[in-house]
Amino acid sequence: MSENLIEIKGVRHAYQTKAGPLPVLDGLELSVPEGGFAAVVGPSGCGKSTLTRLIAGLMKPDKGEVWLHGDLVKGPKSTVGMAFQNPVLLEWRTILQNVMLPLEIVPTKMSKREQEERARKLLALVGLEGFEDKRPSELSGGMRQRASLCRSIVHKPEVLILDEPFGALDAFTREDLWQTMHKVKAEEPFTGVLITHDLRESIFLADQVVVLSGRPAKTQYVMDVHLTGQRDIEHLYTPESAEALNILRHQIQIAQGRTDAGEVA
Amino acid sequence: MTIRNILVPVAALALFGVLWELLVWVNGWPNYVMASPSDLPPAYARYWELFIVMGWQTLWRTVVGLVLAIVVGVLLGMVMGFSKLMRDALYPLLVGFNAIPKATLVPIVALLFVGQHNFNTVMIAFLISFFPIAVSVSIGLSTLEPEYRDILRSLGASKTTIFWKIALPKTLPEFFGALKVAVTLAFIGTNLMEIVSPHGRGLGALFDSGKTNSDYPLMFAVLIALALMGIVLYYVVVALEKIFAGWAERSPSY
Repeated sequence: MSENLIEIKGVRHAYQTKAGPLPVLDGLELSVPEGGFAAVVGPSGCGKSTLTRLIAGLMKPDKGEVWLHGDLVKGPKSTVGMAFQNPVLLEWRTILQNVMLPLEIVPTKMSKREQEERARKLLALVGLEGFEDKRPSELSGGMRQRASLCRSIVHKPEVLILDEPFGALDAFTREDLWQTMHKVKAEEPFTGVLITHDLRESIFLADQVVVLSGRPAKTQYVMDVHLTGQRDIEHLYTPESAEALNILRHQIQIAQGRTDAGEVA
Repeated sequence: MTIRNILVPVAALALFGVLWELLVWVNGWPNYVMASPSDLPPAYARYWELFIVMGWQTLWRTVVGLVLAIVVGVLLGMVMGFSKLMRDALYPLLVGFNAIPKATLVPIVALLFVGQHNFNTVMIAFLISFFPIAVSVSIGLSTLEPEYRDILRSLGASKTTIFWKIALPKTLPEFFGALKVAVTLAFIGTNLMEIVSPHGRGLGALFDSGKTNSDYPLMFAVLIALALMGIVLYYVVVALEKIFAGWAERSPSY
């Protein structure tokens, strides 16, 4: 038991390959309090996606423990919502039907009508009003990602896991979605873990940035972000943000095995 | 739009008939070399009862064979799509079986089930047409992106739920693609049995009797009747595809 909603303790995980076990995580620690939003950054291939699968209960760690809300995670739980870089919308359903998908699986007290109302409300919140009856193939990449976001929170999950959800979008669409995320968090509070490659995204969205080391990944550095209140893109251009980004970039370089910017190990 | 949709193919068919007629006329070919379209109406008029009776025999046996191919093909595809072990085990067997010319199976099946004409014909139609269905379903299922599964698994969905909600609908476009191939194959299977095995049923048998009696217009009339039935069945599949997998068709504006 712990006071944190997400508590990851000393997690170790290795994949079995032909060349023997390939350790991806070793000594991973992560604590996110209720309502917190942690961003996880690190070099490519350091096991960030493995981390999301562990939290979602899609796989078990070789060693260590993953706790959600005081329960040891042993398998998939319906209290988790997920969104990936690929929005994975079901092409044969309308946007509204796609958003309602989790409600068909997770036990809910909502009536059919309430479910639909909730899905419509979320779609309006992310700016997709009027697109409820369109098919995913009729939407742009950014709009599909917005719909995928609605689907991940429609069943009011305790934990929202975002695995590079904005990674494949262009810079302007991405900034739009960052602002949408703030709007969503204000209306529909959640506890979240965001995997990202974008340091600006991490400090703009999260209140805690966790830097993972190179493979096998352990928690190398944790930064508390103090950009409180309603955030604007301008907040990324203040001296405080520049300093935070600098520290994080330096930490990533260490994680990549470089001692300073000019020298490659 | 609909008038155009009907007119264009009909005009193309008419043009084809005219060219065929012209080809025979220019070369001065007699009927025993090649019949011309103008020989067909008399042949249909003379044997129309046979065409209806035997056409029906061919049609229902083809459809039953095809339905059997769908059931077995989908089941095989599911087994191979979900289990790598089964895929590794069954693929060489299936490919080997598919490589066997089906004409060689006709006497084998005929000897195995002597006198069971309907059963034998359905069997050949089935054997020739299940392969593309099994392969396409297995590929559709095994290439399902893991994220699709994760979305539902992370919510605690069972394997059955994942199959009905995601795997099955996602495979439908591939399934219908294979079904279009299988329809034509099933016709070939039925006729193969009807022509090779002398049990006097179906359009294949009518073709055979045309051959024995040197009634060339009848032989060509049978071919055209088979082509027409093939077209009808093909478009039935297209209509089903529109209903069940119409979402896969992208509107051209995007």
